[in-house]
Amino acid sequence: MALQTALFWIFSILGIAGGIGLVINRNPVYSALSLILNFFSLAGLYLSLQAEFLAVIQVLVYAGAIMVLFLFVIMLLNLSDEPRVEGFDIARGASFLLAIGFVAEMLIILKDVVLPSSPEKFTYGKVESIGNLLMTNYLFPFEVISVVLVASLIGAIVIAKKFNY
Amino acid sequence: MDLLPLILRIVICLVFIAVYALVAVYAERKVSAFIQNRLGPMETGPLGLFQTAADILKLLLKEGIIPKDADKILFVAAPIVIFVSVFAGLAAIPFGPDNTGALLNVGLLFIMAIVSVDVIGLLMAGWGSNNKYALLGALRSVSQILSYEIPAGITLLAAVMMYGTLNLHEISLAQGTYSPEPVLFLGIWDVTSIGGVVSWAIFRYPHLIVAYLIYFIASLAECNRAPFDIPEAESELVSGFHLEYSGFRFAIIFLAEYANMFLVGLLAALVFLGGWNTPLPNLGSFALADWTSGEPGTFAGAAWGTLWILLKAFAAVLAHMWIRWTLPRLRVDQLLKMSWKVLTPLAFLLFMISGIVKLLEVYQG
Repeated sequence: MALQTALFWIFSILGIAGGIGLVINRNPVYSALSLILNFFSLAGLYLSLQAEFLAVIQVLVYAGAIMVLFLFVIMLLNLSDEPRVEGFDIARGASFLLAIGFVAEMLIILKDVVLPSSPEKFTYGKVESIGNLLMTNYLFPFEVISVVLVASLIGAIVIAKKFNY
Repeated sequence: MDLLPLILRIVICLVFIAVYALVAVYAERKVSAFIQNRLGPMETGPLGLFQTAADILKLLLKEGIIPKDADKILFVAAPIVIFVSVFAGLAAIPFGPDNTGALLNVGLLFIMAIVSVDVIGLLMAGWGSNNKYALLGALRSVSQILSYEIPAGITLLAAVMMYGTLNLHEISLAQGTYSPEPVLFLGIWDVTSIGGVVSWAIFRYPHLIVAYLIYFIASLAECNRAPFDIPEAESELVSGFHLEYSGFRFAIIFLAEYANMFLVGLLAALVFLGGWNTPLPNLGSFALADWTSGEPGTFAGAAWGTLWILLKAFAAVLAHMWIRWTLPRLRVDQLLKMSWKVLTPLAFLLFMISGIVKLLEVYQG
Protein backbone atom coordinates (compact mmCIF):
# COMPACT_ATOMS: atom_id res chain seq x y z
CA MET A 1 0.00 0.00 0.00
CA ALA A 2 2.90 2.30 0.79
CA LEU A 3 4.21 1.73 -2.71
CA GLN A 4 0.85 2.70 -4.17
CA THR A 5 0.69 5.89 -2.14
CA ALA A 6 4.22 6.78 -3.18
CA LEU A 7 3.34 6.16 -6.83
CA PHE A 8 0.21 8.27 -6.47
CA TRP A 9 2.26 11.22 -5.25
CA ILE A 10 4.93 10.75 -7.92
CA PHE A 11 2.37 10.59 -10.71
CA SER A 12 0.35 13.50 -9.33
CA ILE A 13 3.38 15.77 -9.05
CA LEU A 14 4.64 14.74 -12.49
CA GLY A 15 1.19 15.29 -13.97
CA ILE A 16 0.85 18.77 -12.50
CA ALA A 17 4.41 19.59 -13.54
CA GLY A 18 3.55 18.48 -17.08
CA GLY A 19 0.43 20.65 -17.07
CA ILE A 20 2.31 23.71 -15.85
CA GLY A 21 5.14 23.04 -18.29
CA LEU A 22 2.63 22.89 -21.14
CA VAL A 23 1.36 26.37 -20.34
CA ILE A 24 4.52 28.26 -19.42
CA ASN A 25 6.96 26.90 -22.02
CA ARG A 26 7.51 29.25 -24.95
CA ASN A 27 8.94 26.54 -27.15
CA PRO A 28 6.10 24.51 -28.76
CA VAL A 29 8.17 21.32 -28.75
CA TYR A 30 8.68 21.55 -25.00
CA SER A 31 4.98 22.27 -24.53
CA ALA A 32 4.04 19.16 -26.49
CA LEU A 33 6.52 17.04 -24.55
CA SER A 34 5.13 18.39 -21.26
CA LEU A 35 1.67 17.36 -22.41
CA ILE A 36 3.01 13.84 -23.07
CA LEU A 37 4.41 13.78 -19.53
CA ASN A 38 0.99 14.81 -18.26
CA PHE A 39 -0.75 12.04 -20.24
CA PHE A 40 1.71 9.50 -18.90
CA SER A 41 1.15 10.50 -15.31
CA LEU A 42 -2.58 10.28 -15.88
CA ALA A 43 -2.12 6.76 -17.25
CA GLY A 44 -0.12 5.91 -14.14
CA LEU A 45 -2.97 7.16 -11.94
CA TYR A 46 -5.48 5.09 -13.94
CA LEU A 47 -3.27 2.04 -13.39
CA SER A 48 -3.26 2.57 -9.64
CA LEU A 49 -7.09 2.70 -9.82
CA GLN A 50 -7.10 -0.78 -11.46
CA ALA A 51 -8.33 0.78 -14.70
CA GLU A 52 -5.72 -0.99 -16.80
CA PHE A 53 -7.51 -0.71 -20.11
CA LEU A 54 -8.06 3.00 -19.68
CA ALA A 55 -4.39 3.50 -18.77
CA VAL A 56 -3.12 1.58 -21.78
CA ILE A 57 -5.47 3.34 -24.17
CA GLN A 58 -4.41 6.66 -22.71
CA VAL A 59 -0.80 5.89 -23.63
CA LEU A 60 -1.59 4.19 -26.94
CA VAL A 61 -3.95 6.83 -28.31
CA TYR A 62 -2.84 10.09 -26.74
CA ALA A 63 0.85 9.73 -25.97
CA GLY A 64 1.60 7.25 -28.74
CA ALA A 65 -0.48 8.50 -31.65
CA ILE A 66 -1.99 11.96 -31.25
CA MET A 67 0.97 13.59 -29.55
CA VAL A 68 3.37 12.05 -32.07
CA LEU A 69 1.37 13.72 -34.84
CA PHE A 70 1.47 17.01 -32.90
CA LEU A 71 5.23 16.75 -32.50
CA PHE A 72 5.59 15.76 -36.13
CA VAL A 73 3.77 18.87 -37.31
CA ILE A 74 5.56 21.18 -34.88
CA MET A 75 8.94 19.85 -35.96
CA LEU A 76 8.10 20.00 -39.66
CA LEU A 77 6.92 23.61 -39.39
CA ASN A 78 9.96 24.39 -37.21
CA LEU A 79 7.98 26.90 -35.15
CA SER A 80 9.93 29.52 -33.25
CA ASP A 81 9.29 30.47 -29.64
CA GLU A 82 5.98 32.09 -28.85
CA PRO A 83 6.37 35.86 -28.52
CA ARG A 84 5.61 37.36 -25.14
CA VAL A 85 2.39 39.35 -25.13
CA GLU A 86 2.87 42.80 -23.66
CA GLY A 87 0.14 44.70 -21.89
CA PHE A 88 -3.52 43.75 -21.74
CA ASP A 89 -5.76 42.82 -24.64
CA ILE A 90 -9.21 41.29 -25.05
CA ALA A 91 -7.97 37.75 -25.76
CA ARG A 92 -5.89 37.79 -22.60
CA GLY A 93 -8.72 39.08 -20.46
CA ALA A 94 -11.18 36.58 -21.90
CA SER A 95 -8.86 33.61 -21.31
CA PHE A 96 -8.21 34.84 -17.76
CA LEU A 97 -11.94 34.99 -17.03
CA LEU A 98 -12.44 31.59 -18.65
CA ALA A 99 -9.70 30.03 -16.52
CA ILE A 100 -11.18 31.49 -13.33
CA GLY A 101 -14.63 30.25 -14.31
CA PHE A 102 -13.29 26.77 -14.97
CA VAL A 103 -11.49 26.58 -11.64
CA ALA A 104 -14.64 27.76 -9.86
CA GLU A 105 -16.71 25.13 -11.65
CA MET A 106 -14.26 22.37 -10.69
CA LEU A 107 -14.31 23.49 -7.07
CA ILE A 108 -18.11 23.51 -6.95
CA ILE A 109 -18.31 20.01 -8.41
CA LEU A 110 -15.49 18.53 -6.35
CA LYS A 111 -17.01 19.93 -3.13
CA ASP A 112 -19.86 17.39 -3.24
CA VAL A 113 -17.88 14.36 -4.42
CA VAL A 114 -17.85 11.46 -1.98
CA LEU A 115 -14.59 9.57 -2.36
CA PRO A 116 -14.94 5.76 -2.51
CA SER A 117 -13.11 3.94 0.25
CA SER A 118 -11.22 1.43 -1.91
CA PRO A 119 -10.63 1.43 -5.67
CA GLU A 120 -10.43 -2.39 -5.93
CA LYS A 121 -14.20 -2.74 -6.05
CA PHE A 122 -14.53 -0.86 -9.29
CA THR A 123 -14.22 -2.74 -12.53
CA TYR A 124 -15.37 -0.24 -15.11
CA GLY A 125 -11.85 0.50 -16.33
CA LYS A 126 -11.24 -3.10 -17.34
CA VAL A 127 -11.43 -4.36 -20.88
CA GLU A 128 -14.26 -6.84 -20.20
CA SER A 129 -16.59 -4.30 -18.65
CA ILE A 130 -15.95 -1.70 -21.35
CA GLY A 131 -16.52 -4.33 -24.04
CA ASN A 132 -19.73 -5.49 -22.38
CA LEU A 133 -21.07 -1.96 -22.10
CA LEU A 134 -20.19 -1.13 -25.71
CA MET A 135 -21.92 -4.24 -26.99
CA THR A 136 -25.06 -3.94 -24.84
CA ASN A 137 -26.15 -0.56 -23.46
CA TYR A 138 -24.20 1.57 -25.89
CA LEU A 139 -24.36 -0.55 -29.02
CA PHE A 140 -26.20 2.04 -31.09
CA PRO A 141 -23.94 5.02 -30.26
CA PHE A 142 -20.94 2.74 -30.79
CA GLU A 143 -22.10 1.81 -34.29
CA VAL A 144 -22.94 5.42 -35.11
CA ILE A 145 -19.45 6.48 -34.02
CA SER A 146 -17.90 3.83 -36.27
CA VAL A 147 -19.86 5.17 -39.23
CA VAL A 148 -18.81 8.74 -38.40
CA LEU A 149 -15.18 7.63 -38.13
CA VAL A 150 -15.27 5.86 -41.49
CA ALA A 151 -16.91 8.91 -43.06
CA SER A 152 -14.20 11.18 -41.65
CA LEU A 153 -11.48 8.83 -42.89
CA ILE A 154 -12.92 8.86 -46.38
CA GLY A 155 -13.35 12.62 -46.18
CA ALA A 156 -9.70 13.06 -45.23
CA ILE A 157 -8.59 10.94 -48.18
CA VAL A 158 -10.86 12.80 -50.61
CA ILE A 159 -9.55 16.17 -49.42
CA ALA A 160 -5.92 15.06 -49.48
CA LYS A 161 -6.08 13.38 -52.85
CA LYS A 162 -5.64 15.55 -55.96
CA PHE A 163 -8.14 14.54 -58.57
CA ASN A 164 -7.12 15.11 -62.18
CA TYR A 165 -10.22 15.68 -64.20
CA MET B 1 3.84 -6.41 -2.86
CA ASP B 2 7.43 -7.19 -2.05
CA LEU B 3 9.90 -4.73 -3.45
CA LEU B 4 12.94 -7.00 -3.42
CA PRO B 5 11.82 -9.61 -6.00
CA LEU B 6 10.63 -6.75 -8.17
CA ILE B 7 14.01 -5.03 -8.13
CA LEU B 8 15.75 -8.37 -8.62
CA ARG B 9 13.66 -9.07 -11.70
CA ILE B 10 14.43 -5.64 -13.15
CA VAL B 11 18.16 -6.08 -12.56
CA ILE B 12 18.16 -9.58 -14.07
CA CYS B 13 16.30 -8.29 -17.14
CA LEU B 14 18.71 -5.37 -17.53
CA VAL B 15 21.81 -7.53 -17.26
CA PHE B 16 20.27 -10.11 -19.55
CA ILE B 17 19.45 -7.51 -22.20
CA ALA B 18 22.98 -6.11 -22.05
CA VAL B 19 24.58 -9.54 -22.42
CA TYR B 20 22.09 -10.51 -25.11
CA ALA B 21 22.93 -7.37 -27.11
CA LEU B 22 26.65 -8.20 -26.90
CA VAL B 23 26.02 -11.71 -28.20
CA ALA B 24 23.52 -10.49 -30.80
CA VAL B 25 25.94 -7.97 -32.29
CA TYR B 26 28.58 -10.70 -32.51
CA ALA B 27 26.02 -13.07 -34.05
CA GLU B 28 24.95 -10.42 -36.53
CA ARG B 29 28.54 -10.02 -37.70
CA LYS B 30 29.07 -13.75 -37.98
CA VAL B 31 25.72 -14.27 -39.75
CA SER B 32 26.46 -11.50 -42.24
CA ALA B 33 29.94 -12.93 -42.77
CA PHE B 34 28.50 -16.38 -43.39
CA ILE B 35 25.94 -15.04 -45.86
CA GLN B 36 28.56 -13.01 -47.71
CA ASN B 37 31.09 -15.85 -47.63
CA ARG B 38 33.49 -14.07 -45.28
CA LEU B 39 34.89 -14.97 -41.89
CA GLY B 40 33.72 -12.00 -39.85
CA PRO B 41 35.60 -10.88 -36.73
CA MET B 42 38.49 -13.29 -36.07
CA GLU B 43 41.23 -11.29 -34.31
CA THR B 44 39.97 -10.46 -30.81
CA GLY B 45 39.83 -13.65 -28.79
CA PRO B 46 39.12 -17.12 -30.16
CA LEU B 47 36.97 -16.78 -33.32
CA GLY B 48 36.66 -13.08 -32.56
CA LEU B 49 34.43 -13.79 -29.56
CA PHE B 50 35.55 -10.71 -27.61
CA GLN B 51 35.17 -8.33 -30.52
CA THR B 52 31.84 -6.83 -29.44
CA ALA B 53 32.94 -6.59 -25.81
CA ALA B 54 35.99 -4.65 -26.98
CA ASP B 55 33.80 -2.43 -29.16
CA ILE B 56 31.45 -1.63 -26.30
CA LEU B 57 34.40 -0.89 -24.04
CA LYS B 58 35.69 1.51 -26.68
CA LEU B 59 32.27 3.16 -26.98
CA LEU B 60 31.97 3.61 -23.22
CA LEU B 61 35.42 5.19 -22.95
CA LYS B 62 34.83 7.60 -25.80
CA GLU B 63 33.94 11.20 -25.22
CA GLY B 64 30.17 11.79 -25.34
CA ILE B 65 29.93 14.79 -27.64
CA ILE B 66 26.90 17.09 -27.44
CA PRO B 67 26.79 19.36 -30.50
CA LYS B 68 26.99 23.06 -29.66
CA ASP B 69 23.68 23.98 -31.29
CA ALA B 70 21.81 20.88 -30.12
CA ASP B 71 18.91 21.15 -27.71
CA LYS B 72 20.80 19.79 -24.72
CA ILE B 73 17.87 18.54 -22.66
CA LEU B 74 16.18 16.67 -25.50
CA PHE B 75 19.50 15.39 -26.82
CA VAL B 76 20.43 13.84 -23.49
CA ALA B 77 16.94 12.57 -22.65
CA ALA B 78 16.17 10.96 -26.02
CA PRO B 79 18.31 7.78 -25.69
CA ILE B 80 16.85 7.22 -22.22
CA VAL B 81 13.27 7.54 -23.50
CA ILE B 82 14.03 5.15 -26.37
CA PHE B 83 15.60 2.52 -24.16
CA VAL B 84 13.12 2.78 -21.30
CA SER B 85 10.13 2.44 -23.63
CA VAL B 86 11.50 -0.81 -25.04
CA PHE B 87 12.72 -2.10 -21.69
CA ALA B 88 9.39 -1.41 -19.97
CA GLY B 89 7.73 -3.73 -22.48
CA LEU B 90 9.58 -6.64 -20.87
CA ALA B 91 7.64 -6.06 -17.64
CA ALA B 92 4.52 -7.75 -19.02
CA ILE B 93 6.24 -10.71 -20.71
CA PRO B 94 5.61 -14.09 -19.05
CA PHE B 95 8.79 -16.18 -19.19
CA GLY B 96 7.21 -19.33 -17.86
CA PRO B 97 4.14 -20.74 -16.15
CA ASP B 98 5.11 -19.07 -12.86
CA ASN B 99 7.39 -16.23 -13.88
CA THR B 100 4.47 -14.31 -15.34
CA GLY B 101 5.73 -10.76 -15.03
CA ALA B 102 3.13 -8.08 -14.47
CA LEU B 103 -0.19 -9.92 -14.67
CA LEU B 104 -1.98 -7.15 -16.52
CA ASN B 105 -5.28 -8.21 -18.00
CA VAL B 106 -4.36 -6.03 -20.98
CA GLY B 107 -0.73 -7.19 -21.19
CA LEU B 108 -0.66 -7.31 -24.98
CA LEU B 109 -2.06 -3.79 -25.37
CA PHE B 110 0.35 -2.59 -22.71
CA ILE B 111 3.33 -3.79 -24.74
CA MET B 112 1.96 -2.25 -27.94
CA ALA B 113 1.37 1.05 -26.13
CA ILE B 114 4.67 1.28 -24.33
CA VAL B 115 6.65 0.38 -27.44
CA SER B 116 4.89 3.08 -29.44
CA VAL B 117 6.39 5.61 -27.01
CA ASP B 118 9.73 4.78 -28.62
CA VAL B 119 8.62 7.07 -31.47
CA ILE B 120 8.64 10.09 -29.16
CA GLY B 121 12.25 9.31 -28.26
CA LEU B 122 13.17 9.14 -31.94
CA LEU B 123 11.58 12.53 -32.59
CA MET B 124 13.35 14.00 -29.57
CA ALA B 125 16.67 12.66 -30.81
CA GLY B 126 16.15 13.84 -34.37
CA TRP B 127 14.93 17.29 -33.48
CA GLY B 128 17.24 17.76 -30.52
CA SER B 129 20.31 17.06 -32.65
CA ASN B 130 19.55 20.18 -34.69
CA ASN B 131 20.85 18.48 -37.81
CA LYS B 132 18.76 18.17 -40.93
CA TYR B 133 19.89 14.63 -41.67
CA ALA B 134 19.06 13.53 -38.16
CA LEU B 135 15.65 15.21 -38.36
CA LEU B 136 14.90 13.65 -41.74
CA GLY B 137 15.95 10.28 -40.41
CA ALA B 138 13.69 10.67 -37.41
CA LEU B 139 10.71 11.78 -39.52
CA ARG B 140 11.16 8.85 -41.88
CA SER B 141 11.52 6.50 -38.99
CA VAL B 142 8.38 7.78 -37.31
CA SER B 143 6.21 7.68 -40.43
CA GLN B 144 7.41 4.14 -41.02
CA ILE B 145 6.78 2.94 -37.48
CA LEU B 146 3.34 4.57 -37.35
CA SER B 147 2.36 2.99 -40.67
CA TYR B 148 3.50 -0.47 -39.72
CA GLU B 149 1.97 -0.35 -36.26
CA ILE B 150 -1.46 -0.72 -37.88
CA PRO B 151 -0.98 -4.09 -39.63
CA ALA B 152 1.02 -5.32 -36.62
CA GLY B 153 -1.73 -4.35 -34.21
CA ILE B 154 -4.56 -5.72 -36.34
CA THR B 155 -2.85 -9.10 -36.85
CA LEU B 156 -2.19 -9.36 -33.12
CA LEU B 157 -5.85 -8.62 -32.48
CA ALA B 158 -6.86 -11.25 -35.06
CA ALA B 159 -4.91 -13.77 -33.00
CA VAL B 160 -6.15 -12.45 -29.68
CA MET B 161 -9.73 -12.86 -30.84
CA MET B 162 -9.20 -16.61 -30.87
CA TYR B 163 -8.15 -16.61 -27.20
CA GLY B 164 -10.70 -14.15 -25.87
CA THR B 165 -8.15 -12.56 -23.55
CA LEU B 166 -5.45 -9.91 -23.70
CA ASN B 167 -3.61 -11.40 -20.74
CA LEU B 168 -0.32 -12.76 -22.11
CA HIS B 169 -0.11 -15.38 -19.39
CA GLU B 170 -3.53 -16.81 -20.27
CA ILE B 171 -2.63 -16.62 -23.96
CA SER B 172 0.42 -18.83 -23.44
CA LEU B 173 -1.45 -21.17 -21.12
CA ALA B 174 -4.07 -21.72 -23.83
CA GLN B 175 -1.45 -23.04 -26.25
CA GLY B 176 -0.12 -26.08 -24.42
CA THR B 177 -0.80 -29.12 -22.32
CA TYR B 178 -1.54 -27.04 -19.20
CA SER B 179 -4.45 -25.26 -20.83
CA PRO B 180 -7.45 -25.03 -18.49
CA GLU B 181 -9.78 -25.36 -21.49
CA PRO B 182 -9.70 -28.04 -24.20
CA VAL B 183 -7.29 -27.18 -27.01
CA LEU B 184 -8.97 -27.89 -30.33
CA PHE B 185 -6.96 -28.32 -33.53
CA LEU B 186 -8.95 -26.83 -36.45
CA GLY B 187 -11.93 -26.75 -34.12
CA ILE B 188 -12.56 -30.50 -34.16
CA TRP B 189 -9.60 -32.47 -32.81
CA ASP B 190 -8.90 -32.24 -29.08
CA VAL B 191 -5.12 -31.98 -28.69
CA THR B 192 -5.01 -30.89 -25.06
CA SER B 193 -3.06 -33.96 -23.99
CA ILE B 194 -0.84 -33.95 -27.09
CA GLY B 195 0.48 -30.39 -26.88
CA GLY B 196 3.48 -29.33 -28.89
CA VAL B 197 3.23 -27.53 -32.21
CA VAL B 198 -0.31 -28.71 -32.93
CA SER B 199 -1.59 -26.68 -30.02
CA TRP B 200 0.13 -23.46 -31.16
CA ALA B 201 -2.19 -20.77 -32.39
CA ILE B 202 -0.81 -20.62 -35.92
CA PHE B 203 -1.44 -24.33 -36.52
CA ARG B 204 -4.77 -24.56 -34.75
CA TYR B 205 -6.09 -21.69 -36.85
CA PRO B 206 -4.15 -21.85 -40.14
CA HIS B 207 -5.20 -18.35 -41.26
CA LEU B 208 -2.96 -17.10 -38.47
CA ILE B 209 0.08 -18.31 -40.41
CA VAL B 210 -0.53 -15.38 -42.76
CA ALA B 211 -1.17 -13.16 -39.75
CA TYR B 212 2.17 -14.21 -38.29
CA LEU B 213 3.97 -13.43 -41.55
CA ILE B 214 2.37 -9.98 -41.68
CA TYR B 215 3.29 -9.37 -38.05
CA PHE B 216 6.85 -10.47 -38.75
CA ILE B 217 7.20 -8.09 -41.71
CA ALA B 218 5.69 -5.24 -39.72
CA SER B 219 7.97 -5.97 -36.78
CA LEU B 220 10.99 -5.72 -39.08
CA ALA B 221 9.80 -2.25 -40.03
CA GLU B 222 9.13 -1.29 -36.42
CA CYS B 223 12.69 -2.21 -35.48
CA ASN B 224 13.99 -0.18 -38.45
CA ARG B 225 15.66 -3.29 -39.77
CA ALA B 226 16.44 -4.03 -43.41
CA PRO B 227 14.68 -4.19 -45.85
CA PHE B 228 12.94 -1.34 -44.00
CA ASP B 229 16.01 0.56 -42.81
CA ILE B 230 15.20 3.73 -44.74
CA PRO B 231 15.71 5.79 -41.56
CA GLU B 232 19.34 4.73 -41.56
CA ALA B 233 19.87 4.63 -45.31
CA GLU B 234 23.63 5.15 -45.24
CA SER B 235 23.88 6.41 -48.78
CA GLU B 236 21.34 9.22 -48.37
CA LEU B 237 21.09 10.08 -44.71
CA VAL B 238 24.53 9.28 -43.27
CA SER B 239 23.06 7.28 -40.39
CA GLY B 240 19.57 8.41 -39.51
CA PHE B 241 18.25 9.93 -36.32
CA HIS B 242 21.26 8.93 -34.22
CA LEU B 243 23.72 10.70 -36.48
CA GLU B 244 25.00 13.09 -33.80
CA TYR B 245 25.23 10.53 -31.02
CA SER B 246 28.53 9.15 -29.83
CA GLY B 247 29.97 7.20 -26.96
CA PHE B 248 27.69 5.97 -24.21
CA ARG B 249 24.51 7.53 -25.64
CA PHE B 250 25.06 5.83 -28.96
CA ALA B 251 25.58 2.55 -27.12
CA ILE B 252 22.21 2.98 -25.41
CA ILE B 253 20.43 3.62 -28.72
CA PHE B 254 22.06 0.54 -30.15
CA LEU B 255 21.08 -1.49 -27.10
CA ALA B 256 17.48 -0.31 -27.50
CA GLU B 257 17.44 -1.39 -31.13
CA TYR B 258 18.56 -4.90 -30.28
CA ALA B 259 16.25 -5.04 -27.27
CA ASN B 260 13.38 -4.06 -29.56
CA MET B 261 14.14 -6.97 -31.90
CA PHE B 262 14.13 -9.28 -28.90
CA LEU B 263 10.85 -7.85 -27.61
CA VAL B 264 8.96 -8.23 -30.89
CA GLY B 265 10.37 -11.76 -31.11
CA LEU B 266 9.05 -12.51 -27.63
CA LEU B 267 5.65 -11.02 -28.41
CA ALA B 268 5.31 -13.00 -31.65
CA ALA B 269 6.35 -16.16 -29.79
CA LEU B 270 3.76 -15.52 -27.09
CA VAL B 271 0.83 -14.77 -29.35
CA PHE B 272 1.47 -17.01 -32.35
CA LEU B 273 4.09 -19.62 -31.47
CA GLY B 274 2.85 -21.19 -28.28
CA GLY B 275 4.45 -18.89 -25.70
CA TRP B 276 6.64 -20.76 -23.26
CA ASN B 277 5.20 -24.13 -24.30
CA THR B 278 7.35 -26.84 -25.81
CA PRO B 279 7.23 -27.37 -29.58
CA LEU B 280 7.47 -31.17 -29.18
CA PRO B 281 4.15 -33.06 -29.09
CA ASN B 282 3.28 -36.19 -27.10
CA LEU B 283 3.40 -39.07 -29.58
CA GLY B 284 1.91 -42.16 -27.98
CA SER B 285 4.47 -43.60 -25.55
CA PHE B 286 7.02 -40.93 -26.57
CA ALA B 287 5.68 -38.21 -24.27
CA LEU B 288 8.03 -35.61 -25.74
CA ALA B 289 5.87 -32.70 -24.59
CA ASP B 290 5.79 -33.95 -21.00
CA TRP B 291 9.54 -34.67 -21.05
CA THR B 292 10.42 -31.19 -22.25
CA SER B 293 8.20 -29.16 -19.94
CA GLY B 294 7.61 -29.12 -16.21
CA GLU B 295 4.52 -28.76 -14.07
CA PRO B 296 3.66 -25.15 -13.21
CA GLY B 297 5.02 -24.41 -9.78
CA THR B 298 8.10 -26.60 -10.10
CA PHE B 299 11.64 -25.55 -10.95
CA ALA B 300 11.53 -27.70 -14.09
CA GLY B 301 8.46 -25.84 -15.28
CA ALA B 302 10.14 -22.47 -14.89
CA ALA B 303 13.40 -23.64 -16.49
CA TRP B 304 11.79 -25.30 -19.52
CA GLY B 305 9.41 -22.37 -20.00
CA THR B 306 12.24 -19.83 -19.98
CA LEU B 307 14.32 -21.99 -22.32
CA TRP B 308 11.57 -22.40 -24.90
CA ILE B 309 10.44 -18.81 -25.02
CA LEU B 310 14.02 -17.55 -25.23
CA LEU B 311 14.78 -20.01 -28.03
CA LYS B 312 11.71 -18.85 -29.95
CA ALA B 313 12.63 -15.18 -29.50
CA PHE B 314 16.23 -15.83 -30.54
CA ALA B 315 15.02 -17.66 -33.63
CA ALA B 316 13.03 -14.55 -34.55
CA VAL B 317 16.11 -12.34 -33.99
CA LEU B 318 18.16 -14.67 -36.16
CA ALA B 319 15.53 -14.46 -38.89
CA HIS B 320 15.72 -10.66 -38.66
CA MET B 321 19.47 -10.85 -39.26
CA TRP B 322 19.12 -13.36 -42.06
CA ILE B 323 16.65 -11.09 -43.86
CA ARG B 324 18.78 -8.01 -43.30
CA TRP B 325 21.76 -9.53 -45.08
CA THR B 326 19.73 -11.11 -47.88
CA LEU B 327 17.24 -8.53 -49.12
CA PRO B 328 17.89 -5.09 -50.62
CA ARG B 329 16.37 -1.97 -49.11
CA LEU B 330 12.90 -0.78 -50.15
CA ARG B 331 12.37 2.74 -51.43
CA VAL B 332 10.31 5.10 -49.27
CA ASP B 333 7.24 5.06 -51.51
CA GLN B 334 7.43 1.28 -51.92
CA LEU B 335 7.70 0.96 -48.17
CA LEU B 336 4.60 3.00 -47.42
CA LYS B 337 2.69 1.39 -50.28
CA MET B 338 3.59 -2.01 -48.87
CA SER B 339 2.13 -1.09 -45.50
CA TRP B 340 -1.04 0.72 -46.57
CA LYS B 341 -2.00 -1.12 -49.74
CA VAL B 342 -0.85 -4.67 -49.05
CA LEU B 343 -0.36 -5.45 -45.39
CA THR B 344 -3.16 -3.38 -43.86
CA PRO B 345 -5.99 -4.70 -46.11
CA LEU B 346 -4.68 -8.24 -45.66
CA ALA B 347 -4.57 -7.76 -41.91
CA PHE B 348 -8.18 -6.57 -41.90
CA LEU B 349 -9.19 -9.57 -44.01
CA LEU B 350 -7.59 -11.90 -41.47
CA PHE B 351 -9.31 -9.97 -38.71
CA MET B 352 -12.65 -10.69 -40.38
CA ILE B 353 -11.79 -14.37 -40.86
CA SER B 354 -10.95 -14.57 -37.16
CA GLY B 355 -14.32 -13.07 -36.34
CA ILE B 356 -16.16 -15.58 -38.54
CA VAL B 357 -14.24 -18.51 -37.06
CA LYS B 358 -15.04 -17.30 -33.56
CA LEU B 359 -18.72 -16.95 -34.42
CA LEU B 360 -18.79 -20.50 -35.80
CA GLU B 361 -17.13 -21.76 -32.60
CA VAL B 362 -19.69 -19.97 -30.46
CA TYR B 363 -22.65 -21.34 -32.41
CA GLN B 364 -21.29 -24.89 -32.46
CA GLY B 365 -20.35 -25.15 -28.83
